[in-house]
Amino acid sequence: MTTDTIDGAPGSAPHKSGSPASDAARWKWRRSEGGVLNAFSHVFLAVWALMVGLPLLWALWSSFKSSGDILSHPLSLPTHLHFENWSHAWTKANMGQYFINTIIVVGFSTVGTMLFGSMAAYVLARFEFPGNRLIYFLFVGGMAFPVVMVLVPLFFVTTNLGIINTLPGLILVYIAYSLPFTVFFMTSFFRTLPTSVAEAALVDGASHTRTFFQIMVPMAKPGIISIGIFNVLGQWNQYLLPLVLNQGDTDKWVLTQGLADLAVQQGYQGDWGGLFAGLSIAMLPVLAVYIVFQRQVQAGLTAGALK
Amino acid sequence: MRHGKYRFIIGFLAIPLALYGVLVISPFVQDFQISLTDWTGLTPDKHYIGFDNYRKIIHNHLFWQSLWHNVLLLLIVPVVTLALGLFFAFMLNVGGRRKGSASVAGVRGSGAYKIIFFFPQVLSVAVIAILWQQIYNPDPEEGVLNVVLHGIGLGSQTQSWLGDPKLALACIMAVMVWANVGFYVVLFSAGMSSIPTEIYEASLLDGANRTTTFFRVTLPLLSDTVATGWVYMGIIAMDAFAYVQLMSVNNGGPNEKTDVVPLLLFKTAFRDNSQYGLAAAMGVAMLLVTLVFAVLTLRLSRRERIEF
Repeated sequence: MTTDTIDGAPGSAPHKSGSPASDAARWKWRRSEGGVLNAFSHVFLAVWALMVGLPLLWALWSSFKSSGDILSHPLSLPTHLHFENWSHAWTKANMGQYFINTIIVVGFSTVGTMLFGSMAAYVLARFEFPGNRLIYFLFVGGMAFPVVMVLVPLFFVTTNLGIINTLPGLILVYIAYSLPFTVFFMTSFFRTLPTSVAEAALVDGASHTRTFFQIMVPMAKPGIISIGIFNVLGQWNQYLLPLVLNQGDTDKWVLTQGLADLAVQQGYQGDWGGLFAGLSIAMLPVLAVYIVFQRQVQAGLTAGALK
Repeated sequence: MRHGKYRFIIGFLAIPLALYGVLVISPFVQDFQISLTDWTGLTPDKHYIGFDNYRKIIHNHLFWQSLWHNVLLLLIVPVVTLALGLFFAFMLNVGGRRKGSASVAGVRGSGAYKIIFFFPQVLSVAVIAILWQQIYNPDPEEGVLNVVLHGIGLGSQTQSWLGDPKLALACIMAVMVWANVGFYVVLFSAGMSSIPTEIYEASLLDGANRTTTFFRVTLPLLSDTVATGWVYMGIIAMDAFAYVQLMSVNNGGPNEKTDVVPLLLFKTAFRDNSQYGLAAAMGVAMLLVTLVFAVLTLRLSRRERIEF
């Protein structure tokens, strides 16, 4: 802020470079619009930041209030910290179990997606063989059609395979539906890597498999991290697929399902504190990870769109 | 060596292809087949009834209404989201002023803004929808939005939000915009920061103000990124399943005023007497709409690429 005021004062801020003409133009531009625009920008940006941040904070502080307080004084800060909301949500509403299920499913399916996606992408990017293009377009074509379209047949395919309402089944489905974008992204990534290192390894007698795992995968690490973040978030946030393919035993539900159920139940039971605790349980871990790794997360999620 | 190469290729492709073939491609093909049957899933036998399901859809008022809601989402949500994203990104990257010679600069704290704006992007749609359902709570004494309106002297504007057939869809759209703007702020910021500052300097030497600069310099140079963003937002708007299912009154209510095709498909298949054939036909219709959208987008966005 201080530099702003100094900068704005007439006669200050000597310019180090640039021709006098361009300096004058800049100076004029900044004088006429800079100050106004700066204040204007800050107002809009701050308003949006509050619109984004406050609802999340509100959910968090409501999770420490009694249900009565949430209804009668929805905006007030908690007078007593009702930690029992959290323990109720974790145990009675089963959010703890859902949390663990989600970690299991997302953990295995992300690893599987990255492994199988990179393997397929590597072969498609680096080897000439009949059908290469066809297989590539088969994978990439999957990005274009809506998942909701295949809900009915997918329900029966998983039923017939006996993997419906099971966590391994959910893992396999998540992997399969994450492959199109992963293969697309990793194929173009492997194409950008230099061929000489892999060739040298082959000449030295390494097998193709060994070359892939010991040379190519480490070289492709930036791409793998980007697309890995993309998949972790996508699979963590998945709602439609578990809703249809994991309707059975509540012990196998994932967080989003449990949360949706909690939102419906709370209407009957009036446990609003529990609902907000449940929301916070689903919200805080991702937000915490995001705040720590925000650079990588932003890069990872936007990398796909910039390709 | 040659032999080894093919064994390697097959070995590496077998599992991914098998998974993808069984769980993605085969359901995709089966969907067309099921859409031609009267299958209810209760009995293994299905009868081919030709295009009867499609005829039913064409005469189904609810289907057209849901499709119309999808089209509204497709027209409004991406435009508002991308416009706000561009506006904020421009503010963050060009809206500020800096000491010394940097004539084009972002506002102070732009990094912090980008972090906060991005929050909803990492949250589950389920979390966002349930949170906003609570905010929209219709009770003027209990709903947060209504309490806030009272607080700032707009008590007369309190509504039952999601319970009002005229407002419900707009309320859901607002949440979709809220949830997605941050992503585009970051995406467009990345695009804007790769535009060389000389271009800005030249334009301001020529006497352009910031509005002109935005429309004549920034926007044309970002057109590729904007087009990609449009497709992403289009896909989100075509879906909208979780938002509507979790937020709306009675799953698509009130009076079906928020129903969208994916939700209608879900209800037809898994709620209303398991009409799988009919639901599958809706899936095919969805695919057609998506393809039309994709082709139109590609057509409209095809233009000469500007290299810089």
